[in-house]
Amino acid sequence: MTLIMGLVTGMIFGALLQQAQVLRFEKQVGAMRLIDMTIVKFMLSAIIVGSIGIHLLADLGMVSFAPRGLSFGLQVVGGLLFGIGWAFLGYCPGTSIGALAEGRYHVIWPILGMLLGGVVFVFLYPWIQAHLRPLGDFGALSVSNLLGVSHWLVIAAIAVGAFFLFRFFEKKGL
Amino acid sequence: MSVQKWYKPYLLGALAGLLLTASVGIAGQFLGTSTTFPRAATWIIDMVGINLEHLEFYQVHGGSLTGAAFPDWQLLFVIGIGVGAFLAARLSGTFKLESLPPMWVERFGDRLGLRIVHSMVGGVLVMVGARMAGGCPSGHGISGVSQLGVSSMLALSMFFVGGIITARLLYQGGKS
Repeated sequence: MTLIMGLVTGMIFGALLQQAQVLRFEKQVGAMRLIDMTIVKFMLSAIIVGSIGIHLLADLGMVSFAPRGLSFGLQVVGGLLFGIGWAFLGYCPGTSIGALAEGRYHVIWPILGMLLGGVVFVFLYPWIQAHLRPLGDFGALSVSNLLGVSHWLVIAAIAVGAFFLFRFFEKKGL
Repeated sequence: MSVQKWYKPYLLGALAGLLLTASVGIAGQFLGTSTTFPRAATWIIDMVGINLEHLEFYQVHGGSLTGAAFPDWQLLFVIGIGVGAFLAARLSGTFKLESLPPMWVERFGDRLGLRIVHSMVGGVLVMVGARMAGGCPSGHGISGVSQLGVSSMLALSMFFVGGIITARLLYQGGKS
């Protein structure tokens, strides 16, 4: 049952990504070149609705979750490495599979590259855990806990920020 | 190809947010994809008969970071992305075979070898970076930021900082 739900969730997500055109190389590199903000619009819209949805479920006591652990070493170094590679590929892990499915078969090379990266990570894993994780390791920490405010205030702030960003994108035709 | 309606990325993104909510509420699963790549890589290595089980990575969380975890929710989710994208592309007439990305060719020329080099370098950086940071634009970006995680906001910011700087270096002088 878990597997079937994974498949169905993936199919809906894949269809949404495809229809929003965020699977395309041009949209991904376009965002990094600051000439087409389609993927940012998609992501921020998903974040606003998703954060409202899951916090509503949490407040109703239906689910509980904790954010992923915060480590400055892991997220700053890992995030930057990801970003550098992302500009070379024009795809991220999720969109690569979708792009292959919409016929852009050149994405087979980035997919192979990422599989190779998976192997490299296996070998680097002990070093990363020993030397990078301890740098600024704070465990699971949410912005609302950090600031000591309601999660709804944080979500509202993100939504307002996104609204002005969206308005700027539409004005500039990005 | 018709021009994309301006509201489409917003509307479809909002639907992805609803999908995340439903997935968390019904299946208890946050959307994410990158863990499946090292799992698939180790699965393939096992298939070709190379034994790496002495490595620390294979012992973490009872081996759940390796191909031993297959089949799991996330593997089916990743396969589902392919199936869903394929169906949507065929039904909307936007399926298109492409041997190299046009924007890349415009900058670097019709050079498959160079594209493969970019893909290997970029692929290793992307996957090592994603697994090091603990997620990719779906796991950290959409799922993690929705949970208001400081780690996810930091990672997502770094994705774009690294991406914007590198894209500027790669594509400077290119047509915008």
